[in-house]
Formats: sequence, C-alpha cells, structure tokens
Amino acid sequence: MAVATESIKAKPQVTTSREVSTPVDRILNWIAYIVLTLVALAMFIPFMFSVSTSLKTNREATLPLSFGRMFWPANPTTEAYHKVFNSDIERWFLNSVIVAAVWVIARAITASMAGYAFARMQFKGKDFLFLLVLATMMIPGMVTIVPKFLILRQLGIINTYGALTIPFMADAFGIFLMRQFFESIPIELEEAARVDGASRYRMFAQIILPNSMPALTALAIFSFQGAWNAFLEPLIFINNSKLYTLPLGLAYFRQANYTEWPTMMAIAVITTVPMAIFYLVFQRWFVEGQVSSGIKG
Amino acid sequence: MAVAATPVRRRNPIVVEDERAGWVFLAPAMSIFLVFIFGSILFAFYLSFHNYALLQKGGIWPVFTDPGKTWVGFDNYRAIFKSGDFWQAFRNTTWYALGVVPAQTITGLVLAVLANRAIRGRTFFRTAFYFPSISSSVVISIIFLWMYSARGFVNYALKAFGFPTPRPVWLANPKGVVDVLLGQVGIHNVPTWLEGPSVAMLSIMMLNVWTTTGTIMVIFLAGLQGLPGDVYEAAAMDGANRFRQFKDITVPLLKPIIGFVITIGLIGTFQVFDQIYVMSEGGPQKTTTTIAYMVYVEGFRQGRGLGYASAIAIILLVVIMTLYLIQRRFTTERDTDRKVPGGIRAWLTLHLTRGGQGQTAR
Repeated sequence: MAVATESIKAKPQVTTSREVSTPVDRILNWIAYIVLTLVALAMFIPFMFSVSTSLKTNREATLPLSFGRMFWPANPTTEAYHKVFNSDIERWFLNSVIVAAVWVIARAITASMAGYAFARMQFKGKDFLFLLVLATMMIPGMVTIVPKFLILRQLGIINTYGALTIPFMADAFGIFLMRQFFESIPIELEEAARVDGASRYRMFAQIILPNSMPALTALAIFSFQGAWNAFLEPLIFINNSKLYTLPLGLAYFRQANYTEWPTMMAIAVITTVPMAIFYLVFQRWFVEGQVSSGIKG
Repeated sequence: MAVAATPVRRRNPIVVEDERAGWVFLAPAMSIFLVFIFGSILFAFYLSFHNYALLQKGGIWPVFTDPGKTWVGFDNYRAIFKSGDFWQAFRNTTWYALGVVPAQTITGLVLAVLANRAIRGRTFFRTAFYFPSISSSVVISIIFLWMYSARGFVNYALKAFGFPTPRPVWLANPKGVVDVLLGQVGIHNVPTWLEGPSVAMLSIMMLNVWTTTGTIMVIFLAGLQGLPGDVYEAAAMDGANRFRQFKDITVPLLKPIIGFVITIGLIGTFQVFDQIYVMSEGGPQKTTTTIAYMVYVEGFRQGRGLGYASAIAIILLVVIMTLYLIQRRFTTERDTDRKVPGGIRAWLTLHLTRGGQGQTAR
C-alpha cells in the first residue's frame, strides 16, 4: 500500500520537471494534443451514437439519408423511449438497483470483516488462506459457473433474487482492498481503545470502521459497477423476464427484436446514464485513487 | 500516541491476540467463498469426469449419490481433444488474444506517454479514455453491433473516405483476415491454422481494444509517474534524444508493469464471452466461437451437458495458468510481482479478467 501510494503521488511528471521550452517539446506537445483529442473522440463517438440513434425513428436508424444524418436525426423523436417505458424496463431498472444495493452492502460487511482479520489478527493458516483468496481472482468465471448453477438449483434459489446476489456477497478484491487499507491505519488507535478496555468487536465497530470511509467508498463503487454490469451469471441463473437486470434485458430484447435499433439504444442509454453519473461523481476514486488500491488519504 | 515511533506491528499484542476472533471475522466472507468459489472449483473438476445433462433433475446430489451412472472417467477430455469444434475454438481464442493483447498494450503505453506530458487537460483525457472500461459490456456490444451493421457508421465512414467495405458485412464475414491479405499478394490456399481470425472476429477484437485501452493507459500512467526524473535529465545531458530515452529508459523501467499488463490481457482475452454472446453468437461458421462461449453452448444450450462443459472450462483454466507461468518466465526479474504495487495488480485483475471487457464483473 505504501509502495503504491508513493509511486503514484511521487513528484510531478517526468516532463514537468524539465522546462517545456525547446521546439522539440512544443512539437511533441502538439502531437500529444492531436492524438489524445482524436482518441477521446473515438471513445466518445460510439456513446454519442447510442444517444442519437435512440432519438431516431426505426426507418431512419436503419437507412440514414446521408453520412451527416447518421450523427443526428432530422426529426428527433422520443418514440423509442415511450416504447421502452411501456415494456418491462422499469422492473429491470429496479432489479438492477436492488441487486446492486445488496452487493454493495453485503460486500462492505464481508470484506471489511475479513480484511480486518487478515490485517490485524494472528491465527493458524492465515497467510495461506489469504493467498488462496487472492489466487481466486485468476480463476475464469466459466470454471465456476456450472457448479454455481447446480448449487443454486440444489438450494432452490435459481431464478430468484437470491441467485443474483448470494454468490456475490463476498469477493477477493474487496477483501484485499480492505486489508490493505486497515494495515495503513495507525495501530495506536486500537492500543488506546484497548487501554480503555474495548473488546475486539467494539474496536472494529467504533474505531476502525468510522475511519475507513475512503476504502469503503471505493469498495462500494466497485461493487456497484460489478453488479450493474454483471452479465454471465444473470444470464445463466435467471430465466424469468420479471427478474432481468438491465444488461440481461437488453440482450434478450435484442434477440427478440433484431433490428429495432432506436429501442435497443434507448435501453442502452438508460443502462449507461446511472453508471455515467456515478462515474463522474466518483471518478477521483475510479481512476486516480483506485490505481493505488483505492485508498485516499 | 507518543508511542508512534515503534511501528513493529507484527509483534504487537493487538495483532497477536486472538485465534477465535479471527475466524469469527472471517466467517461471513469465507462461508460464501467455501461454497461458491473454493467448493465450486473442486466441484468443477469432479464434474468434468461425469456425464451430466442440463435438465437432469435434482441439483448436485445425483452426482454424489449415483456416481455409477454418470462417471465417465477421462471420456469428456478425450472427446474434447478429438473434437474439431474445440480446436477451432482454441484457434479462434488464440488469434483473439494474439491480436488484442499487443494492440491494447502498445496503444495504452503510447497514450500514457503522451498523456504524461505537461499539457493541459490530462484529467479530462484520462476520464474520457477510462469511461468505456466501466460501461456495460452488453451496452457496448449493442452499440458496436449497430456501427458494424450493413448501413452502420463504419461502412458509411469507409465509403465516405473511399475505402472498400468487406462483403459479407463485418459480423457476418467468416473469411480469415490473414488469408484475405495473403490473397491480395497472390498467395492462396493457406493452411487452416494460418487463415487468421475471421473478419467477424476482427470486428469484435477491435471493440475489445477500444474498451480496454483506457484501462491499460491508466495503469501505465501510474507507472510513468513513478519513474525517477533525474535519470531522464542525465540522459538528456548525454545527448540521448526522446526516442532513445523512451526506448532505453522508459520501456525497461516499465518492464514489470508491461509484463503484468500482458498477463492480465491474456487472462481476460482468453475468457471473452459477453461480446461474443451479444454480437455474433459464435458465428459465422463458428469463426467467433471462443473457448468460453463453447462452455456456455455445450453446457447450457443444445450441447453435451454440464460435465462436458466443465471439462472444457478446466482446460481453459489450465491454458490460462500455463500462460501466466510462461509470462513469468519471460519477465526476467524474480521480484516482478513485488515491483507492481499490489493495488494495481488486484485492480487490474478485477477490471481485465472480469466481465468488464473481454470479461465479466465480480
């Protein structure tokens, strides 16, 4: 953790430490601007298309009048959105929200508790167990999907909210994140509490957790993102359109209505917007903080 | 607080204390892990030696209580290695990784070097580049599906600039890319294994590069910002130009991170599923069927059942582990892993190996 933060916050950029005055530097800066702007456009255009196509009529989406008309409809219409809202999408949206909320809360609990044990307690097999937990991050989802399916079926919770949430209530990354963070909290805080006679459990609840908001926020962001975008597992575990999450609903809608681009794009926009807002609000955590294992401060 | 000068955490009584509390705190997470991760992995192995139809009644118990009926030994593995479908999926997946991993690594590195210059708007660029990485793979697949359609953006743009467009249209085109290119220079009848990814697969590969490049760039940026500035100053004084500085300083110093990005890229690309499912369903002519997609089809569609699917999944696991070990051989330093900050490692793993992009979340 210390290593990570240091390397990220280390002095200003390599280039900034030099004077940016030579002609070569100025030319390189221009090249950088041009390339980066073009790539940023390339990243932006597909999303722009999802918005513009969602405002087109079916006909215009499949047969654009010209290259220019491809970017923006001649007569923007919200027809597709009306259609979407007449379908099950509110239900799907709600499902996504519920599932994401459960992931976020459950992982906050399991990961902070396990992370605390790995960071601060000593017991037999701890290091081995921690390695084992980390190693599971490399296991392809396809390896565990079949057993998970059978286990959930055995438990009778296939095709329920349980299938969308229970298997995901703990994850290796979250445990790792919390452990790294707890290791950075000064031990003196706990020592002081101990002198006051606090138990291990009170220490955790009253001292450690209140001091862990940055890490818990990071964890919540990742859990939300994971739940919101999850596709493979819901696809296998859910077979009832009332329980679809947004990505699943979108995939099924596509199979049933092969060429209804405006409606598909409307669902795509509705799926993306909450994530985009979330991202813009928390991007500090997403991009910057996260590289240093999600810990600010 | 005055004791702050003695940071010997390991020996602190607070740390050493309790065996029982440790397990109490681990219990919630470990109960999930035990069943759905550790248990599932072992069960996948076990299952791969059985014949188990999807619609067979009764969950997991029949496998344990009536093994005589379903135990097939190594038959699943034998059948897989004899199956043309598997080898095609293996070829497809390999091409996919061979295309995507270098492309995303190089683009990510170049973009990071450019974005690391002292220019305005660095944060903006980083935000923009990273956004695809956090978007739903299904949403992105749908958007690209439209862009690649016969009258979609890609074809229109190519026509507008006077380039030819492929026929059949992108995602319906099973022709091997290498085959087509060699055909242009008059070489025909190339062997199957050299035909390259189909045009359809290439389209999905480009989508993958588009999605993950931003993530890779952010990683490299973090690495670049940790490089010592004085080395560059010394090199500049010795008259090394920018290109040589990049080649002889930046790249060697970033080697551990490059190695890591490649590993994670391989792990991610070898699992690609979401995009295939949404965009091509393995077609045309099975040229976009990847190993992961084959697990799905064999297990949950009209395939040969869950036992057979598990065997393919285990093979996928072995392939990924092998790639990981090979990569470690090549990134020479033994302490490679320690040089990549743990946070980056875990974070990368999360983003690239999971449904994220090439991949699925959790």
